[in-house]
Amino acid sequence: MSAIAGPAAQPLTETDVARIRAEFPILKERPHGKPLVFLDSAASSQKPIQVIDAMDDYYRRYHANIHRGVYHISELATEAYEEARRKVARFIGAPSASECIYVRNATEALNLVAYSWGRQNVRKGDAIVLTEMEHHSNLVPWQILAQHTGASLRFVRVDDDGLLDLSNLDALLDGAALFAFTAVSNTLGTINDVATLTARARAAGAVSVVDACQAVPRMPVDVQAWGCDFAAFSAHKMLGPTGVGILWGRRELLDAMPPFLSGGGMINVVGLESSTYAGVPARFEAGTPAIAEAVGLGAAVDYLEAIGMARIHEYELRLTEYALSRLAQMPAVTVYGPSLAHRTGVVSMTVGDIHAHDLATILDSEGVCVRAGHHCNQPLMEKLGVAATARASFYLYNTPAEVDALVRAIDKAKSVFKIK
Amino acid sequence: MNDFGAMDELYRDFILDHYRNPRNAGTLTDPDATFEDNNPLCGDKIRMDLRVEDGKVTEVKFAGRGCAISMASASLLTEQIKGMPLTEIAKIGKDEVLANVGISISAARLKCALLGIKVLKQALAMKYEPSPEEEAFPDGRPS
Repeated sequence: MSAIAGPAAQPLTETDVARIRAEFPILKERPHGKPLVFLDSAASSQKPIQVIDAMDDYYRRYHANIHRGVYHISELATEAYEEARRKVARFIGAPSASECIYVRNATEALNLVAYSWGRQNVRKGDAIVLTEMEHHSNLVPWQILAQHTGASLRFVRVDDDGLLDLSNLDALLDGAALFAFTAVSNTLGTINDVATLTARARAAGAVSVVDACQAVPRMPVDVQAWGCDFAAFSAHKMLGPTGVGILWGRRELLDAMPPFLSGGGMINVVGLESSTYAGVPARFEAGTPAIAEAVGLGAAVDYLEAIGMARIHEYELRLTEYALSRLAQMPAVTVYGPSLAHRTGVVSMTVGDIHAHDLATILDSEGVCVRAGHHCNQPLMEKLGVAATARASFYLYNTPAEVDALVRAIDKAKSVFKIK
Repeated sequence: MNDFGAMDELYRDFILDHYRNPRNAGTLTDPDATFEDNNPLCGDKIRMDLRVEDGKVTEVKFAGRGCAISMASASLLTEQIKGMPLTEIAKIGKDEVLANVGISISAARLKCALLGIKVLKQALAMKYEPSPEEEAFPDGRPS
């Protein structure tokens, strides 16, 4: 348990953040002899010692396969795996832990919905509605589903401010089987009004799928308040390990869905010719799962809950506001995305005519880690008219001093490229 | 190590010059050989058009977008191969391209520096018999 617990109304202080930073061993690293300034948490966050220790402890003391052994350490492993599922369910406001399915990552979660629910429910002539700001993981599975079923794809436009243009949403949703959209843009930082979008989908008779990858790590999430039918996210973006993620789905939908992957652990009775399948969630968890990673995810939820998601969100907004104000003073810097009122701690930018890759290389020479490229968001990049941007993303362990380091490193890049 | 000096070494004046003023930029009408490829990691894209007469490259144009390293490397390459016999082009390897760019490039940026030569070799391979001694160039990993 972290020592930084406090009520939601009490903003994180400099001292709190210093104590948080001390719990992340990697922040002591010095790439190229410079302090590590990690501004790529939207791609994957760093891990506190509590998460690393929880996984280490599992491997040292009670590793065994789950739901199989009758012996003591297998029971311990099973209990830890299921306890982590209950923590996740509580964390996202799921009515029942059994609706939280362990998957490898959000990509697998979205594929599960596309293959299992999609192929059973989407028909030729149906529409699948997406937005122009989707990560490839919430685009390509639906393209494949559309090609397979003969359904059509429709897209909610992104306007010049980086917000969804909802003016024709009802027309787009007319005849739609499904509406899949992100809660928070991984490229622009835009926060979408999930509850409104799901309500519109419901009114049109469409099932709603929320890519919650960027939302769950950085703001309070309640899937019931969202009113969605499915939500997908990865552990590694929320202080947890790689290799595990969650698909939350509404019970009645999950109950009616066929298996996605099949094999051991998801069956009821197996014959040579056919088998019957286990209930939810086991039906969707074929094979030995990522047990240590699930335990690590549980520890990450504990860590985030102890600090409080409202406080984390508020702190991230403060950092973002500071970063935007510093970058606004740099004439060579173009920042993409909406105003602070509609965004979170993801800041995509270009600097003069410096390609994002070159910018990231120069920032790296100062120990500053940013993502450069299309952010798995090629259609949106085309729309912005840039091949690539550099993206800085902030999290609870970042500081205003690190924003200053980013600004200094951008100044260095301008100097190397001889830009005023 | 990787301080200001290293960055100035990577982005020398001639690299920035080729990036901002690419030589042989553009396209050819009815080229004898043409190919376009991209680096899916970063969205860099290069197209190369060639005019070939009597086994020699007589004209070359390239178009694309990308980082300073990929654009400068392609620009330098077009200067190098103009007038060059295909048999000589076949001998251009990875090391020579990197030497032309004048830098030892980290593994992460290798694909940037080699995109131009990869496109050139593929343009020629589609039209002309590739020579057995030719080196294979790395592919980008899509994300």
